[in-house]
Amino acid sequence: MSEVHSTDVAIIGAGPIGLFSVFQCGMLKMSCHVIDALPATGGQCTALYPEKPLFDIPAAPNINAVDLIERLEKQIEPFKPVIHLNQQVTELEKIDEHWHLSTSTGLKIQARAIIIAAGAGAFGPNKPPLDNIEQFEGNSVHYMVQKREDFRDQRIVIAGGGDSAVDWALSLADVASEVYVIHRRDRFRAIPESVAQMKALADAGKIELVIPYQLASLEGEGDQLKTVVVKTLDGDERRIEADHLLSFFGLATKLGPINDWGMDILNGVIKVEPTTCATNIEGIYAVGDIADYPHKLKLILSGFSEAAQAAHAAYLIVNPGQALNFEHSTSSGLPTL
Amino acid sequence: MTAITFIKPDGEKVTVEATNGATVMEVAKDNDMPMLAACGGSLACATCHVIVDEAWYKKSGEVCEAEEDLLDTAHGLTNTSRLCCQMKVSGDVDGMEMTLPPMG
Repeated sequence: MSEVHSTDVAIIGAGPIGLFSVFQCGMLKMSCHVIDALPATGGQCTALYPEKPLFDIPAAPNINAVDLIERLEKQIEPFKPVIHLNQQVTELEKIDEHWHLSTSTGLKIQARAIIIAAGAGAFGPNKPPLDNIEQFEGNSVHYMVQKREDFRDQRIVIAGGGDSAVDWALSLADVASEVYVIHRRDRFRAIPESVAQMKALADAGKIELVIPYQLASLEGEGDQLKTVVVKTLDGDERRIEADHLLSFFGLATKLGPINDWGMDILNGVIKVEPTTCATNIEGIYAVGDIADYPHKLKLILSGFSEAAQAAHAAYLIVNPGQALNFEHSTSSGLPTL
Repeated sequence: MTAITFIKPDGEKVTVEATNGATVMEVAKDNDMPMLAACGGSLACATCHVIVDEAWYKKSGEVCEAEEDLLDTAHGLTNTSRLCCQMKVSGDVDGMEMTLPPMG
């Protein structure tokens, strides 16, 4: 059996609110492990808008999202959180007084309390809603390219209109036997020079731009794709014989396994008691964008406050029977864990 | 007040009263329609995609380039697809109908 990490609080999500939850727990001398599906901390701040300035963070008149995350990481450093990236919490089970978490990479964590700071859910590829797409994943449908050589002399359909679609069309044009780019309109959201290069390749007959089409269905046997069917909005259909589909529609969020833990969830958010951020399950708290109560404001600053509420409420679960002496940081200083 | 009709993925038609000046996304969320609207209306996702009834599409307002770019990442697009966080409620759209695609 693999090693089981033991901690006071397990925090699901390493976005700004998950990180600040570490701080609030740390001030109450509770240790934390943090888990996130993305390869980096920061959640949406890092994945969606790293260079965008935020204007509504108290005492930071104008701060880039990525700088905010850097500062939060510095702020929680004294509490030595253990952060596990690139994995999603897949199972959560309560055994006696402890929660047992398992992640998609097989990591196991035991904690007294859980704080869910999962934003809009775990990030993953934004998959086209085609009935049988999962049948081909792993062999002939891909959401990222690992090795360019895998596509040598293969017939490739690339779907999407952003940087990834354009860059891989350029890169695979030399390697693949055929490259088709499916996009719903003539405009691509990519570096203009790259778009120009791609259009030049199309003019030279090296690749084909299949515009204005959308993916309609996939046909094949087992996990081997044979035909990609595409359609225009007017219903014109085209069948493209292909060995692989590269699907590039960016990232999407999904609550995934969180849906299965018995919490009161509606439209992707978890109902909480607003003064404690307690969910309907004892010992599980939700903070930030994923937490919902009447008149909720989905702001980072609301999430910071919710992190403090949740940490104080969780203290009583983590330290049963112990009094919680409220202290200001000016009096307590930074506790050592 | 203005009437807006949502047709849910299961076909149920729901007509609600909307305050002029609100976005259609806000109206949908206030009425617990099945919609993620994950980014909260900041033009960073496409999870408030709706299909506007053809008769109403022209009145739904201009589609800016940023909205078009995000529609690229939505699925099951039609000629009348919009991100409803970019549609404002006003007297001009009293009675407007739209279909909500299934949530991903």
